[in-house]
Amino acid sequence: MNDQLNKPSSSTGMSRIDGRLKVTGAARYSGEFTPAGMVYGVLVGSTITKGTIKSIDTKAAERAPGVLKVITHLNAPKIAGYQVEPGKPEPAKGTYKLFYNNKVLFNGQPIAVVVADSFERALFAASLVKAQYNTDPHHTSMQDNTGAFAPGGDGTTKRGTVDAWKTAPFKLEQEYIIPSEVHSAMELHAIIAKWDAEDKLTVWTKTQGVQDTRDGIVSIFKLPKENVQVNSKFVGGAFGSALQVWPHEVAAILSAKVVKRPVKLLLGRADMFTSVGYRPYTWQKIGIGATADGKLVGITHEAVGQTSTYEDFNEEPIGVSRSTYACPNVNTIYKINPLDIGSPTWMRGPGEATGAFALESALDELSYALNIDPIKLRLINYAETDPESGKPFSSKYLNEAYKLGADGIGWDDRKQKPASVSKNGWMVGYGMGGGMFGAYRDKAAAKAIMMADGTLIIQTAVSDIGPGTGTAMVTIASDVMGIPADKIRFDMGDSSLPLAPSQGGSSTTATVGSAVYQACTDLKENFQKLIGNGGTDKPDYAAVLKQHNLPKLEITVDSSGGPERDKYAMYSWSVHFVRVLVHPTTGVVKVDKVVCVADSGHIVSPKTARSQIVGGAIGGIGMALMEEVIIDDRYGKLVNNNFADYHVPVNADIPQIEALFVNKPDPYINPMGAKGMGEIALIGMAGAVANAVYNATGKRVRELPITPDKLVGMELELS
Amino acid sequence: MEDEKDHALPGFEAEAKDNSRRNFLKQSTLLTAIALTPGTAVKAAEMGVGEKIAEAFEKMPIKMEVNGVAHSLSVEPRATLLDILREQLDLTGTKKGCDHGQCGACTVHVDGHRVNSCLTLGVMASGKKITTIEGLAKGDDLHPMQEAFLKHDGFQCGYCTPGQIMSAVACIREGHANSEMEIREYMSGNICRCGAYPNIVNAIQEVKAGGQAV
Repeated sequence: MNDQLNKPSSSTGMSRIDGRLKVTGAARYSGEFTPAGMVYGVLVGSTITKGTIKSIDTKAAERAPGVLKVITHLNAPKIAGYQVEPGKPEPAKGTYKLFYNNKVLFNGQPIAVVVADSFERALFAASLVKAQYNTDPHHTSMQDNTGAFAPGGDGTTKRGTVDAWKTAPFKLEQEYIIPSEVHSAMELHAIIAKWDAEDKLTVWTKTQGVQDTRDGIVSIFKLPKENVQVNSKFVGGAFGSALQVWPHEVAAILSAKVVKRPVKLLLGRADMFTSVGYRPYTWQKIGIGATADGKLVGITHEAVGQTSTYEDFNEEPIGVSRSTYACPNVNTIYKINPLDIGSPTWMRGPGEATGAFALESALDELSYALNIDPIKLRLINYAETDPESGKPFSSKYLNEAYKLGADGIGWDDRKQKPASVSKNGWMVGYGMGGGMFGAYRDKAAAKAIMMADGTLIIQTAVSDIGPGTGTAMVTIASDVMGIPADKIRFDMGDSSLPLAPSQGGSSTTATVGSAVYQACTDLKENFQKLIGNGGTDKPDYAAVLKQHNLPKLEITVDSSGGPERDKYAMYSWSVHFVRVLVHPTTGVVKVDKVVCVADSGHIVSPKTARSQIVGGAIGGIGMALMEEVIIDDRYGKLVNNNFADYHVPVNADIPQIEALFVNKPDPYINPMGAKGMGEIALIGMAGAVANAVYNATGKRVRELPITPDKLVGMELELS
Repeated sequence: MEDEKDHALPGFEAEAKDNSRRNFLKQSTLLTAIALTPGTAVKAAEMGVGEKIAEAFEKMPIKMEVNGVAHSLSVEPRATLLDILREQLDLTGTKKGCDHGQCGACTVHVDGHRVNSCLTLGVMASGKKITTIEGLAKGDDLHPMQEAFLKHDGFQCGYCTPGQIMSAVACIREGHANSEMEIREYMSGNICRCGAYPNIVNAIQEVKAGGQAV
């Protein structure tokens, strides 16, 4: 095994191309530009959860020093894209419309924006806006709103016999709950909106896709597409929270129009909990049955996820049960429960992370019932072809991943009997859990320009929310062109550049990377044509340009996947191995050792790929042990809207994490053979931790997060 | 100290300032905004006694040295060091992540000690020496901690990175980088949501082991 590529260390491989800008503070994120005359917007949130605004007093705010304008539903200019055609009814559901009417649909909903000449003045004046409300009864708890379920997309399915698990000799049925979790990227969502003319707009905003954001703004404000410029060169994390145009972005754009100045608007940390989505609370029930030798007979996977009253948000927590293991009979039921809370949205491993916690926990429970090693149980039910479509996989080396991970963690040290190992007063346990996620390739374009001095410029409109997209793209270009990375400039995060989809769904390297690969391949070919016969594979580009008296040579290519997707099922897989220590008196869980293995095709950029896997694993540890949105249902208000009360992992919570790669190219998905890894880095981790806690203590926690109070109540002792 | 600069709000034209000032003076409800203002000054404002007086009780002059450059600033007493650095001095390397001292993204050095600049009012920093991430490198030569973060990929999105690096430098200076466990403990005031913690620890250990002056 080539250790450099399969088992990278933190210093293996090329460093990030934008790293220098990030370590010197020179990287500018969305809220960090200063167009001339810029002023500041601060939002005012509703203090009730459901009802109508009876009156809103903005006088004090308007008179406060430095205030230019206070905008509410009473004086907001009409937003073209919100208006319903005359004679047509108001749609029952849809994206939240800012300042559209007097209705309050969730706690913290923006009811006003205050614009002032400094941040402090805007913030203070916002505190002076006072609203009177007519309140209606609200529902914010999944428990007390059980009558309002709606079918969730097309999540109710069956393959084979319904509830076949019940006929199996070994079976179990259990409920699993994940609370809602918040992305909590370190960068606050921020936007600067600047109108260049009556119908011409430039924004700097936090987004995972500058062109999708541009299209969203075009549709809301009914502007000519070519008149909207969106910039987002650096994005301080997003994890799914920046895939749509949010109300605060509309507020900034609207304010800038009204005050005729550029407006900067940053959400506060508390707003980040209510205004840019979250992973929905999801209740799940799994019935699973197997023969005595471990062969799965059937799985029934039921899920109810949270949504808002004004928008149906569907994901696929039940999909994992259909696709992960070979099982002849699988039926799923998926519903959504509308609550008086802002809409959820995609969060890293959307649906799959939720579903994998339940499925991987259930499989672990089954392994103990059968007294079969959990890895062995998974190998017994290893899917050689896609259980859902019957198609062959484009590539799958998950069995190798199991082996790598088991060796890495020291799985042989695990005792099948739970609560049987103790060390220095801590109970010791091992667990594993796997994840899978579709490997997609979307449409993208890229422009490659070879300059006279031999510098290559690559341009495409992709964003980089942190995984190191630019670094991966430059690596691909460097490989194809045969020139060093420091001779390549990568332009991105600008909506005027060639087509690129939003960064999400673990598809950027496969999609945009393919376009970059193609652009470079075609550009090199054009050089070969110039040179004629006898040209080398890696020519001296600058010399060729000079010889032909050309200032530059450029090409723009469109790229998309071919018919291979019809023939093959394409997925990335991960498996996470964890050793935990559980303190029997305090119930504290310490993650002691972690080994994660990704089967995601060829690894384009080992250093950043490793960091992506490590980071996802840490997100999964947060999901498993600490993250939980708490709402006081009496008032419908989120009470832990800060980092002191909503816990995310900190350095002291995290040990060294080993990231291993099977690193075998997928022959079909794209020219690099690379599949995504952003989602699989997290999917399955929470189950692995829960399973390790069970192995350590003999206690099964089926409701995340696994906080000490839950374990203390279980009276931990060695068996 | 290289030179001394005066700063108005960046990019802010006189017209806007005049406008806001006018509003400020004609509106007696400003009393609610400045509860601690001395009565005589308020009276003067109500009587429309000129903008200089308003400026005098609304803002305070401070002097501080930022990355070796002396600044004379006029700041509202409620303005945080973080917002002054970012909005008035355009030093946006210091990041805003929570405004509550809970995330560490705003960490800077004040007289050599790491401090959450979001919990520090600008007036508290008067007369102090501030170092931000922009002041860590010597020209094109990166600080060893910046080099180590690059080498060990101690970040992904990069937003918490300036705070992590400022904290990491202080962690070594304080003598709190003697073991992996100690580093993890003393770096726990800086949240990294992308999850670069192990890489950050590796970077700090390498700098510590290298023995360079930090």
